[in-house]
Amino acid sequence: MTDSHVLQADNAPGLRAGNMKWKLTGLFTMIAILYAASFLYTGSSLADLWNGLPTIAAMFAQLFPPNWGYAGEAWLYLSETFHMAIIATTAAAVVCIPVSLMASSNIMQEQRVLYHLTKQVMNILRTIPDLLLAVIFVGIFGIGAFSGILALVIFSLGILAKLLAETVEAIDPEPLDAVRASGGSTLQVIWYAVIPQILPQYTSFSLYVFEINVRASLVLGFVGAGGIGQLLQRSISFMDYDRTMMIILIIFLAVVLIEYISGKIREAVL
Amino acid sequence: MDHTLELPPEKRMTGVRKVKIALIAASIAALYIWTFAGISIDLGRVFSEQTLNNVTRVIPQLFQPDLAMAGNASLLMLQTLAMAFAGTLAASILAVPFGFLAAKNMMASKAANLLSKWSLDGIRAFPEIMLALIFVSAVGPSPFAGVLAIAIGSIGMLGKLYAEVIESIDMHIIESLEANGAGRLQILVYGVIPQVVPEFLSYAIYRYEIDVRSSTILGLVGAGGIGVLIQISTMNRNWDEVGMALLMIILVVTAIDYLSSFIRKRIV
Amino acid sequence: MIEFNNVSLTYPNGHQGLNDVNIQINDGEFVVIVGLSGAGKSTFIRSINRMVTPTEGELKVDEENILPLQGKKLRSLRTKVGMIFQHYNLVKRSTVMKNVIAGRLGHTGTVRSLLQLFDKEDRALAYTNLKRVNIAEKVHARADQLSGGQQQRVSIARVLTQEPRVVLADEPVASLDPPTSHQVMQYLKRINKEDKITTIVNLHFIDMAMEYADRIIGMRGGEVVFDGPVSEVSEKTFEDIYGRKIKEEDKVGGDEHD
Ligand SMILES: Nc1ncnc2c1ncn2[C@@H]1O[C@H](COP(=O)(O)OP(=O)(O)O)[C@@H](O)[C@H]1O
Ligand SMILES: [Mg+2]
Repeated sequence: MTDSHVLQADNAPGLRAGNMKWKLTGLFTMIAILYAASFLYTGSSLADLWNGLPTIAAMFAQLFPPNWGYAGEAWLYLSETFHMAIIATTAAAVVCIPVSLMASSNIMQEQRVLYHLTKQVMNILRTIPDLLLAVIFVGIFGIGAFSGILALVIFSLGILAKLLAETVEAIDPEPLDAVRASGGSTLQVIWYAVIPQILPQYTSFSLYVFEINVRASLVLGFVGAGGIGQLLQRSISFMDYDRTMMIILIIFLAVVLIEYISGKIREAVL
Repeated sequence: MDHTLELPPEKRMTGVRKVKIALIAASIAALYIWTFAGISIDLGRVFSEQTLNNVTRVIPQLFQPDLAMAGNASLLMLQTLAMAFAGTLAASILAVPFGFLAAKNMMASKAANLLSKWSLDGIRAFPEIMLALIFVSAVGPSPFAGVLAIAIGSIGMLGKLYAEVIESIDMHIIESLEANGAGRLQILVYGVIPQVVPEFLSYAIYRYEIDVRSSTILGLVGAGGIGVLIQISTMNRNWDEVGMALLMIILVVTAIDYLSSFIRKRIV
Repeated sequence: MIEFNNVSLTYPNGHQGLNDVNIQINDGEFVVIVGLSGAGKSTFIRSINRMVTPTEGELKVDEENILPLQGKKLRSLRTKVGMIFQHYNLVKRSTVMKNVIAGRLGHTGTVRSLLQLFDKEDRALAYTNLKRVNIAEKVHARADQLSGGQQQRVSIARVLTQEPRVVLADEPVASLDPPTSHQVMQYLKRINKEDKITTIVNLHFIDMAMEYADRIIGMRGGEVVFDGPVSEVSEKTFEDIYGRKIKEEDKVGGDEHD
């Protein structure tokens, strides 16, 4: 036997390929630099956090105990939040049906221009934050729940139409042929062959968007668009932190409850 | 041959099913009655002369962005991106311990498991702008308050997603390492981390996408970024400036979405 | 009567689907189209209800050239010419009844059909047709709970409910096992005889074609290469149509007499 079996520690390959090592180092350096830059740019410093800690601690101390007596008024505003979410979801769920059909390539085989246009408009709508929509509608229609509802409708329409269009594009095309071949009009094809195929997903997506709308409508009040947000903002700016805590508690309960119920229903329909 | 026409028999339904359907219909009806009885919208005010004036004034201005503001808006947008970056990065690291504690297949005790799961759920119940409002009142109006809000808010989602990733790893590798006599730390470094890092990274990038969107509006409550411009311009009723901010947001968010999904496809 | 006069069809990609077809199909005939896969059978059949549109020539159904038809007139042609598909094309999540009543859509105004307000007679017709294909007991079942053969029977009931003068069937038994295939073919044959509905069926099994057809049309490369009554057809005829020797897989086999 020659020395071929002697371990050669010098030539042993590293656990990572050399090239990989450099890539990782580069990546982490880049992240570190970006992070440092971000920190500088946002004027954040750990010193600020350190100095702010006593204030934060004092504020958190004041949050407790919550002002239980405030629950009644908080509930009043929270129910307005729910009303807004319910109306907005309903409106979006109705409007999204034609819109999502227009954004589905298999339905719009002939009207390509309309298809691309709808799709692009929906893509743009989805990039606009709900609160920004609310700011604009408050500017036009004035303070109140109506502006908030409009913002939620537009905002959820973008999401709902995209989800639904993806579902429509994945349906079985053969039943559509059958209805067409028996003399059905486009509307009849949609009603008898498309809608039944997407109904479970439609229900599920609408509930999902309802969940999103409940969350979104919690904060619309920050810009005067109705709901419990205005109460929250008021309590914080008046430093009524015990009220703030009560509002937070009630929001928390509501969100968890809604998501639980909605989740159960969605499981049942799919 | 003669086929006499005959109507189909009625659909047979069990009593339980009938009751169930009636209950569902009743609760939906009740929900809508409650909603429409409770909502207070003064339609007369909503569709007033004032509104008509606003429509003709605000909308054209929105579609004619004030190009003179482009420089200022870009700087503020950059601040938004930086806020989101600092927040997401902090969260993506802080969420790791939460993820391990909340994952069922890791060492954590049952109590620690539940506790971290609940706190993650708790965080996720609150929109980031609400956290921002709280932090603004704690550390003053600054982008830093925004960073804190983003960081805390993102831990909720990332912690949960990390835990799911960890729960789905291949436990055979861990077992074989155990059989080889590896210690806990060694198992972590050689067995768990390599399996989870790509997906952690992918989720963190995805979260950055979300955080960019939400940090565009944090300025509305004083937490920095392009939202500050929106806040000031709406107060001054300079809708062409709002239009500029809107355009900026649409462009940047679209670009970030493309970039993010491009990178994520490469990683996983 | 259906009349093809110099009908050709070129697909958008340049492929010639039909090439100068000249054929007359008389009322009440049971015609089987045979040919290898890609011969143009589907293109031929789908031209008759304008699911595809020939690019040249003249195609007459009941003395009317159907090639220029559009909109309402096209829909009324399709009401007259029913179709049965290889994959049954039922809406799987809907009930059997809803699938069958869909055959009435061409006869029903859009608004009424969207509200699902069908006449009593329409619903009775649907149910009676389900009885004719022996599947009435499934009237309220969901289509996806039925076997393939049952689904094809439902689709026959649907086409009957349409009260067509012509039925086109594009490979109606290609997804079924031999006994079920014979059952479906027998139903088609029976409605052809009882209701005097002109029936045109695409098949690629030669024994089936021989058993059920009055007349056989052979296609190859988009052209009609044979046309004649069953009595004139022999194994040699099929070899000419297919351009090769007959193989075992060209026959469905199975029990031919119930
Ligand atoms: N939509 C289409 N576009 C282009 N070529 C097609 C299309 N449909 C069918 N063809 C072609 O036309 C020929 C005839 O097809 P088809 O009528 O489906 O034949 P068969 O039903 O006899 O199998 C085939 O070669 C097929 O590839
Ligand atoms: Mg075919």
